[in-house]
Amino acid sequence: MGYQLSKPDADRLFQAWTRQYDVFAPVRMEGEGCFSDTDILRYGQVTSLDQILWDQKSDYSMKEVLLSINETLFYFTEDQTTVPGGPRKDLLIFLKACDLHAVKRLDEIYLKNGFEDFYYRRVRERAHFILMGCENTCDTGFCVSMGTNQAEDYDAYMKVEGRQVLLDVRWEALAPDRKSQEPDQDSLSLPSLCQTEVSPDYVTENKEKVTLPRSLSNESFTREIWQEYGSRCIGCGRCNFVCPTCTCFTMQDIFYQDNPRAGERRRVWASCQVDGYTDMAGGHSYRKSQGDRMRFKVMHKIHDFKVRTGYTMCVGCGRCDAVCPEYISYANCISRLAKEEEVPHEK
Amino acid sequence: MGLDINTKKLKKNAFRVSKKRGLGASRIRVPGGYLNAEVLGMVQEIAQTYGNGYVHLTTRQGFEIEGIRLEDMDEINRKLQPIIQLLDINQKEPGTGYPASGTRNISACIGNNVCPFANYNTAQLAKRIEKEVFPNDLHFKIALTGCPNDCAKARMHDFGIIGMTMPQYNPDRCVACQACIKGCKSLSVNALRLENYKIKRDEEKCVGCGVCVTKCPTRAFTRSARKYYKLTIMGRTGKKNPRLGEDFLVWADADNIIKIILNTYRFVDKYISPDAPARKEHIGYIIDRVGFEEYKKWALEGVELLPETLVKECVYWSGIHFD
Repeated sequence: MGYQLSKPDADRLFQAWTRQYDVFAPVRMEGEGCFSDTDILRYGQVTSLDQILWDQKSDYSMKEVLLSINETLFYFTEDQTTVPGGPRKDLLIFLKACDLHAVKRLDEIYLKNGFEDFYYRRVRERAHFILMGCENTCDTGFCVSMGTNQAEDYDAYMKVEGRQVLLDVRWEALAPDRKSQEPDQDSLSLPSLCQTEVSPDYVTENKEKVTLPRSLSNESFTREIWQEYGSRCIGCGRCNFVCPTCTCFTMQDIFYQDNPRAGERRRVWASCQVDGYTDMAGGHSYRKSQGDRMRFKVMHKIHDFKVRTGYTMCVGCGRCDAVCPEYISYANCISRLAKEEEVPHEK
Repeated sequence: MGLDINTKKLKKNAFRVSKKRGLGASRIRVPGGYLNAEVLGMVQEIAQTYGNGYVHLTTRQGFEIEGIRLEDMDEINRKLQPIIQLLDINQKEPGTGYPASGTRNISACIGNNVCPFANYNTAQLAKRIEKEVFPNDLHFKIALTGCPNDCAKARMHDFGIIGMTMPQYNPDRCVACQACIKGCKSLSVNALRLENYKIKRDEEKCVGCGVCVTKCPTRAFTRSARKYYKLTIMGRTGKKNPRLGEDFLVWADADNIIKIILNTYRFVDKYISPDAPARKEHIGYIIDRVGFEEYKKWALEGVELLPETLVKECVYWSGIHFD
């Protein structure tokens, strides 16, 4: 159901939401960028519509709301373990179409990959998504090439247009004209509210266009481009950490320093580009060169995941291209690979 | 009629007497070495009209227009006026050129306008200090540098201002990738270590360079909202005892640093040797003579330092002695 309402009414509606939900959205963290006097755009808890960045892509994706960077799985004492509690409130997460498509990938990995992950499940089942449209393409995204420029499975869509706010609600709990569920509260008074047709903004063309290889030959494994990229990559892992679909983690067992008989087990984001990712007992490790690591990442994003699930992992948000300090373009890498795969490889 | 020129006045007016009789040079101060390219065209015009067509980029980031005729100084001063205005230099009377030359141009590294490692906008602070200290005939040299790498060689100045940041660590965002540890070890002072998969920073060792912040891929390390500086004092080149400046304040703020510099003008005014030729004596030699304790008393007059600012109780300089 579509609605139009004034900005002050939308603010009132939003305030009602913040009482019931923990609301997360991309915000500007002033001065927290990599370099001095630069900002970072990332997810944070918000209390007002005006804090939300509507027309810019966040540098880091929404995945940190669903998957903590550090998550304590349990605390242990000598003979007992305790699992920490999950979210206390339902979550509303404002995101763009590419990121909503990424949620499907996260679900695939954490819920449909053999068994359900308890920790992801308990956050995910309380998460609701509010789509923010894209009037214009961002610089590095290639969502049109990846078919992720439009999203349907949102709980609500919201657009602030000057003094007017447009809303499309698919999950009726968020409907502005809904009767209040709490007996001691009246329905919100939103005098400007009226029903109207609302359809989300989405882009139909990006600056960045990517051609996926139709298939990958065995030769693709030994292409020279991997050595070239390998010589440029510094293995910092930024491309993984900003990616909305990278889901790898590593485990840490912490023994408290005051009392090493108590501690906790954490899972922490990991990057396939950073040293230590493939370390095994006995000191063995795979994919030692950055070239091999980049090849693994690229192929996983556009090929290996698809073989298992039928769709590509990458959603074309372009954050990895925007963040790389060595100006490695993953998008260009895919297109180069596609081109090389078209011509017969000479041994 | 012979040239009848007051060379002392000429020097204070930022001109220079050259080897060649009747010819001199015009010196243009550019605080922070930062200017709108428009100024370059004006410098070019003066050099081609009044000079020999050549300009020296001075060691202090100004211009020195060569080969000007000393009798053209008044006309050149009028031509300098738009440059002086564009660079917002304090002046006593428009059209009369620079009112002093003793306090030298304030130089700076490129700073955070461009450099990823710089912790602040060096040109902006250079201009701010320029507004406070110029014009003054006393011989002061001030340089600013964006980070403890000190590309500006601030430590060779009477006052060296070195940008610092107090690293802010959010363990919840840290993935223990150790990029900060590796960066600190290879580029800085090895002040970080991993303990229980989280970063421990040796506060005594940390020089506030911010390498950990630029290396962090997850924004676990960020910069402090407050900008900090290290103030090094009384470095110098020269014939007698060239030496590097020593730390006076660490984790200081810009307001107090400016106060200390202004206090130092009063100190020098009081203690400068009566025999100093044209009242030019390096401040360091004055402090050597009257003692650091006395200088510190003057320097810290009215200064209320931040609680986190470290003040060196005593400062000892080394350097090479030729005297």
